[in-house]
Amino acid sequence: MEGYGLTNQLLQYAITGVTVGSIYAIVAIGFNIIYNATEIINFAQGEFVMLGGLVMISLVHSAGLPMPLAFAATICVVTCVGLLMERLAVFPLRKSTVIRLVIVTIAVSILLKGLAMFAWGKNPFALRSFSGDAPLPFFGATVVPQTLWIVGITVVLVFLLSLFFKKTILGKAMSACAVNPDAASLVGIKVQRMVMLSFMLSAGLGAVAGIIISPVSLMEYDRGSLLGLKGFGAGILGGLGSSYGAVVAGVLLGLIESFGAGLVSSTYKDAIGLGVLLLVLFIKPSGLFGSAEVSKLKKF
Amino acid sequence: MGRANLTGVCALALFVLVFPFGARLLGVSHYTDIMIFVGLSSMMTMGLSLLMGYAGQISLGHAAFYGLGAYTSGILSAKFAVNPWLAMLLGALLSALVAVVVGSPSLKLRGHYLAMATLAFGEIIFIVINGWIALTDGPDGFGNIPSLSAFAFGFDSISSNYYLVWSVVIAMLVFVLNVIHSRVGRALMAIHGSEVAAMAMGVHAAAYKIQIFIVSAVMASLAGSLYAHYVQFINPPVFGLFFSIKLVMMVVIGGMNSVWGAILGAALITFLPEWLLFFEDFDVLAYGMILLLIIMFLPKGLVSLPAAVYRLAKTGGTRAG
Repeated sequence: MEGYGLTNQLLQYAITGVTVGSIYAIVAIGFNIIYNATEIINFAQGEFVMLGGLVMISLVHSAGLPMPLAFAATICVVTCVGLLMERLAVFPLRKSTVIRLVIVTIAVSILLKGLAMFAWGKNPFALRSFSGDAPLPFFGATVVPQTLWIVGITVVLVFLLSLFFKKTILGKAMSACAVNPDAASLVGIKVQRMVMLSFMLSAGLGAVAGIIISPVSLMEYDRGSLLGLKGFGAGILGGLGSSYGAVVAGVLLGLIESFGAGLVSSTYKDAIGLGVLLLVLFIKPSGLFGSAEVSKLKKF
Repeated sequence: MGRANLTGVCALALFVLVFPFGARLLGVSHYTDIMIFVGLSSMMTMGLSLLMGYAGQISLGHAAFYGLGAYTSGILSAKFAVNPWLAMLLGALLSALVAVVVGSPSLKLRGHYLAMATLAFGEIIFIVINGWIALTDGPDGFGNIPSLSAFAFGFDSISSNYYLVWSVVIAMLVFVLNVIHSRVGRALMAIHGSEVAAMAMGVHAAAYKIQIFIVSAVMASLAGSLYAHYVQFINPPVFGLFFSIKLVMMVVIGGMNSVWGAILGAALITFLPEWLLFFEDFDVLAYGMILLLIIMFLPKGLVSLPAAVYRLAKTGGTRAG
């Protein structure tokens, strides 16, 4: 009987891990899209997640919009924030060094956090679940319906993104910029336009992550930074630029954290995740799925 | 070190000497206290500027070395009655050791991977400081850390700590300027330009990078010890990731390729919240906005401000004429 209980518990940890990991994966893909277009790490990525959650909460609970409409509207709003960020802060510095651009994104993240603190205050808010809170039984463990939404939406997003990058002209053009911006501009691709698109796409993705996680964990003005860091960790663990790596590493990081918290210690769960990340980097300096040859070609 | 830098050091020493009197005359004597924190941050940003501006390596984990210094000093002197100077020395040794262990594998990483590795290291130290309650008292922190003293003189006032901290800053500044204008400095700049080319010229890149990493770690550790003995109370939030990021920001805003920029950046970012009190609730917004504007419009940082103003005045003049 005790063995049965332990199996159930392990299953429960796995479910939690996959849920959190899905969010990390979406954030990591957001990092990758901008990284591929510009080689910069966007430290405001977590703020897109936070804005997604808070805008959605306002639209649903204060404005009373129906869920699907609010979902679409939130993505539009945050995508516009991404667009503004690129036009006002990144585009003017397009000829600058990577490290200066990274610092710019840090300044933007401080600014966005400040704006959010004004708009929503410092208290956390909850979002209504998409379809009730009654837990569903799952092989002896339980799953809240929102978990299914999170994992399902992540899978759909990853599928749609790979279609976009492999099948559409626009997606192919963006991938070309990632491989070699100079060669891409030689064949007539407007590289700067692609950079702008990458910020919009990345902001939209961040918003989705914020929307779907808000019902299970609350959302407040400064929650984005931590999610952003975890996503950055997942992106590095998977190998920057690799979307496949981002998904695997995101889920892996979520699982390590969840099992670490359950089996070892909840105080040290983040330290365990980061320790594993460090070990992987020491053994394979360009992440699990990154290529050492490619990263040697990068400017930074 | 060069004549210009020698003049600079003398000017800074003079400024530091008269600053407390000037502050009192202008009715802002609490600026002396803020200047102590500028000094402590400068010790770290000077090391970081060697690492970033000269060797081209980024570290998002330097607050951890600050924490290692502060906690070694604090724990040994407050809980085990070790002499504060000895505790400071042991903290520096520990930091150097950790820098070797973490630095040797990390510095093989490049760019964002190195940033993430140092960030992860900093966070692990931070989590341990928070979690190892038996030793560190966890999130509550602990007090009763004795102040430093030399012979019969105790560094227990603001002004004595001010002069102590800034003496150390100036000593470190002279040291760093000498490093830059030596064989090591030229080697570092070669590594920054192109590691492959530097190695082809016979520069042992890996060895230089690790040496600079250790030097910057020890500088941060000493700053941490001085902090602990000055404030006499330490708790974890001071040593978190946000401070590491802030340090990198100070270096970039001051001017990455200049040690003087490192001090200027530390001064601006430390004083900024004080000046922004005027904006009350809007201070975070103003803070973010000012950072953004400086990075966007002063590509070479604050040190390039005089030149930029001069250029602007000149072109403005020709346009008017």
